[in-house]
Amino acid sequence: MELTVTLEINEKKHVLTLDSRTTLLDLLREELHLTGTKKGCDHGQCGTCTILLDGKRVNSCLILAASADQKSITTIEGLSSSNSLHPLQKAFISHDALQCGYCTPGQILSAAGFLNEPWERTTEGIKEGMSGNLCRCGAYPNILTAVQEVLENQKLLNPQKASHS
Amino acid sequence: MTLKINEPKAKESTMAKAVQWIGAPLDRADGELKTTGKARYAADFPLERMVYGVPIVSPAASGSLIKLEVEAAEKLPGVLFILTHENAKKIFPIQNDFGTATKLAEGRFPLQDKKIYYAGQYVGLAAAETLEIAQEAARLIKVICKEERSALDSEEELPYSYFPDNNWGTPLPVIRGNFEKAFSNTEVQLKAVYTTPVEHHNPMEPHACTAVWDGDNLILYESTQWVVGARNVVADALGLPREKVRIISHFVGGGFGCKGFVWPHTLLAAMTAMHLKRPVKVVLSRSQMAAGVGHRPATHQELSIGSSKQGKLTAIKHHTITQTSFLDDFLEAAGGPTQSIYSCPNLLVSYQVVRLNHGTPTFMRAPGECTGLFALESLLDELSYTLNLDPIELRLNNLSDKSPEEELPWSNSHIKECYELGSKIFGWKERNPKPKTMKRKGFLVGLGMATAMFPGVRSPGAAKVKILSDGTAEVLSATQDLGTGTYTTMKQIAAEVLRISPHRIVSKLGDSSYPPAPVSGGSMTSASVGPAVKSAAEKAIEALIHISIKDSSSCLYHLPLEKIHAADGKLVYQDDPSKTEIFEEILKRNNLSHIEGESFVKPDNSAEGYTVQSHGAQFAEVEVHPLLGQIRVTRMVGVFDVGRILNQKTARSQAIGGMIMGIGMALHEKTVYDPRTGRVVTDNLCDYLIPVMADSPAVEADFIDKPDPRFNSLGVRGLGEIGITGVAAATANAVYHATGIRIRDLPITPDKLLKWL
Repeated sequence: MELTVTLEINEKKHVLTLDSRTTLLDLLREELHLTGTKKGCDHGQCGTCTILLDGKRVNSCLILAASADQKSITTIEGLSSSNSLHPLQKAFISHDALQCGYCTPGQILSAAGFLNEPWERTTEGIKEGMSGNLCRCGAYPNILTAVQEVLENQKLLNPQKASHS
Repeated sequence: MTLKINEPKAKESTMAKAVQWIGAPLDRADGELKTTGKARYAADFPLERMVYGVPIVSPAASGSLIKLEVEAAEKLPGVLFILTHENAKKIFPIQNDFGTATKLAEGRFPLQDKKIYYAGQYVGLAAAETLEIAQEAARLIKVICKEERSALDSEEELPYSYFPDNNWGTPLPVIRGNFEKAFSNTEVQLKAVYTTPVEHHNPMEPHACTAVWDGDNLILYESTQWVVGARNVVADALGLPREKVRIISHFVGGGFGCKGFVWPHTLLAAMTAMHLKRPVKVVLSRSQMAAGVGHRPATHQELSIGSSKQGKLTAIKHHTITQTSFLDDFLEAAGGPTQSIYSCPNLLVSYQVVRLNHGTPTFMRAPGECTGLFALESLLDELSYTLNLDPIELRLNNLSDKSPEEELPWSNSHIKECYELGSKIFGWKERNPKPKTMKRKGFLVGLGMATAMFPGVRSPGAAKVKILSDGTAEVLSATQDLGTGTYTTMKQIAAEVLRISPHRIVSKLGDSSYPPAPVSGGSMTSASVGPAVKSAAEKAIEALIHISIKDSSSCLYHLPLEKIHAADGKLVYQDDPSKTEIFEEILKRNNLSHIEGESFVKPDNSAEGYTVQSHGAQFAEVEVHPLLGQIRVTRMVGVFDVGRILNQKTARSQAIGGMIMGIGMALHEKTVYDPRTGRVVTDNLCDYLIPVMADSPAVEADFIDKPDPRFNSLGVRGLGEIGITGVAAATANAVYHATGIRIRDLPITPDKLLKWL
């Protein structure tokens, strides 16, 4: 079945006619050629396809494009303005928080979502809150450092082990 | 010992004065592309009139295909083609070996007959206008098979196993002295069986191939660790001249071995694109990856060790029973480390291989090394308790200046420094040697260690270096960066020779039209391609010097070429440093857009008479819950002697990553097959567990960083695999130290501890 949806993607409005079965991930990648969002498992198990939907991190492979009608989407291509990198992108580069890079857009969007969620701003809180994004290269210690640095710079990091009250 | 490199002496003095770009902790060259989503992987190339291909797989594990019922699928609007054995192109036989760079992953071409060897084998492909339609079409196709008795159980198939007589040319079994006699006469005897399960690589990027025909030229955007191998295999198999096939693999989303050689889906994509005369994209699902792109086969390792009371090894026997498919003779050579680290006069290493109706196994990060070291380093730990010796002391007792295998001196070995530095960083001395004595916050704490090793491997490789008239430079090679840092390290090598900042150099890799390079496997890229980049850069500078001394407008005109060298983007006359010319001036004045050097470097004989091998020492701390058996690795340290380090930052990341993959091997990873159907049960990332960030402890990696000049002109040995090798044993040894329970079967899960706690 074909249907029409209106999506705001990276601050740009799109009116799209699509197959009702199309996932948000396949729409982004195959129709709009926003291939920065990656497909790792197509089952919501790896976090590689993480995007921000109305500011919240979601696995775009688990969302039908039709159900995102009238919603706002941020992908890796829209995370920063064209001239400068987002602080997370800078921190990922300087701390070498990536190797093959395939999970990286998802890790960064997930971290961006994490910053707005009520997790404890501790090492354990970050590790738990970022555990939905798999990295087979094992860049976790460097991803942790990168996220910690961004939190520190935004004065959001709790003293270790202190509770978030 | 002199270096035998095809380079003039003058260049070496130039090198000596060079800025040390090699080793510098530069940020990853492709970091910005990867963090902004601009790095394009094999499935990321948007093409006009793209067709989507979804493979159709066999539900049966053996027997033969009767037919595919395709009528319902063909009726779907948007379905373009159903590829089957009846309409598939005839594929030409190929050599299928390493030597000719035509190695296949699975030694059988798809859709050439009706035979079925494993569940999940491709029996067709549905091609359609959209991915959704192609997926529906593939689901609608009924695969009718005549199933035969399948070989699915290793124990049942043992009577039909075979004893391989060689491993890549090394005769098997490996025999030194007389094991039986020495073992029966020795003072201390230990025997144990260690088992490791089937494991899957599961890189984050699924295998993908986008095939595009342009007339009779074929371009494949392919996720591969070997663009040259893929080019040769695809060209030969389809009967095309090799120059008409181009493989592009600019970015690979992880490989770890499973993207080393061409798997059948690549040919399905190429055949479908040929038939439809449109671009075709095939991306495998996790389930298809579980069946058909290789795995690490299970091992059952019977190990016997004889020792003197003082802890000198007298006899070792290592018999490995492992598995392969009915299509290929793959060998997981778990006995490798046993024959090549410790000196022991009596040794017997043998193998027995069972054929199963599973897909063909393949190399997975440190194939043989990490499975074998789990057994060997666990049993040495057991021996250390029997003898009441410190585990490190036991290992030091049995090291030798010569390689036990070849009885040759090491080209360069700093294994003792690895133990020393590692135990210092880790705090090994604080360990109470008695098991079950250390506790923290209600958890049992254990500290374990193991030796890490990986052989030094090198192959012929080529590269081109261009100096451009704008003062920048390019490095070109048909090698690939799997996340290993090759884009970054290759330009660091060029920078050190060209004497310009690496920020002015771009590496261009992952394209089979560039100078040929070997598979990015066996930890050999740095040692194979690196020397070619160095030599090509030297040739480029030499060519530039030749132009300048023949150029009457140059201040270097007619000066002796051996007295001219590169410095800070200029050519400088040694006797009068005021005589300099910047690269771009020379090129512009001579109307040259660029000047280049190309080099094909083969392993020379300077390492002849030596054994080249990397070593390391790995340490793990675990916490085990005394009632629930829950295990956490809380700390890890690895110190590695891998020759010279090309980039401290990317090297550290790679070593740490290997160690974290080792946690997966130690505690999480296990592929489960349905014993009745032969299908993979754990065919997704929910059921096949790999470490997540919460499993990832504080990990420290350090390097001895001493060059191995006998091995190659850069003194590098490569470090892609060594990081994982000792982790499973170090973790198992730490679990024993924490609990007094020895687990000899991976992964070490709470249920295995519970019955003893």
